[in-house]
Amino acid sequence: MSSDRDERSPERDLAFDMARRSLWVFPAWVVASGFIWGMGGALSAALGYALVIGNLAAAAALMAWGARTSPVALMGATLGGFIARLAVLAGIVLAVAQLEFFEPVPIAITIVASHLGLLVWEIRYVSLRLAAPGLDLPRPGKEQK
Amino acid sequence: MDLLAQADTAVDGLKALGAGLGYGLAAIGPGVGIGLVVGNAITAMARQPESAGMVRTTMFLGIAFTEALALIGFVVFILLNFT
Repeated sequence: MSSDRDERSPERDLAFDMARRSLWVFPAWVVASGFIWGMGGALSAALGYALVIGNLAAAAALMAWGARTSPVALMGATLGGFIARLAVLAGIVLAVAQLEFFEPVPIAITIVASHLGLLVWEIRYVSLRLAAPGLDLPRPGKEQK
Repeated sequence: MDLLAQADTAVDGLKALGAGLGYGLAAIGPGVGIGLVVGNAITAMARQPESAGMVRTTMFLGIAFTEALALIGFVVFILLNFT
């Protein structure tokens, strides 16, 4: 199960790339939500963004651990992690919904749009990288393997 | 008047029931899909360990796309419960 690329942990690279790219769009969306739904809308949009990024980061960390450990761990971490992450998401939203600022519409839009948008954005780069591996430039501070 | 209040309570109850059922049902399909993706990725990595990096990249994206369906169910749960 180990290979040269395992040390790079592609899942973490992908999650980090998506989080970094979202920084270009996220502040504008929070401001727009603030204009449309008020301060509660801005905070809810920020919470939705944090949930999506946290969900992707947790999935990446679990899968990287599973892939390093064994195939059984990979299967367990991925499927168990899916159930656990959905439960955590529901728990956080149910807890935050009791607070004054909570607005359901901006958080709903943010979760779906940012998750799908970031994936589509990332897949443009990944498809190029898989089709032409020679164009896969090393990250700063890391040597090409 | 009492009948109207009872109808309101029933509607709220049905909304909560629909939200919970919808979220649970929406998670079944992605659960099956993620199992298929990971199972096939493990098969691919076992057959060609040298391509594990590429397989893991594709697997992660496949899982994230599949999970979007569950997130849509989650969003319906939020909208039914809190609007």
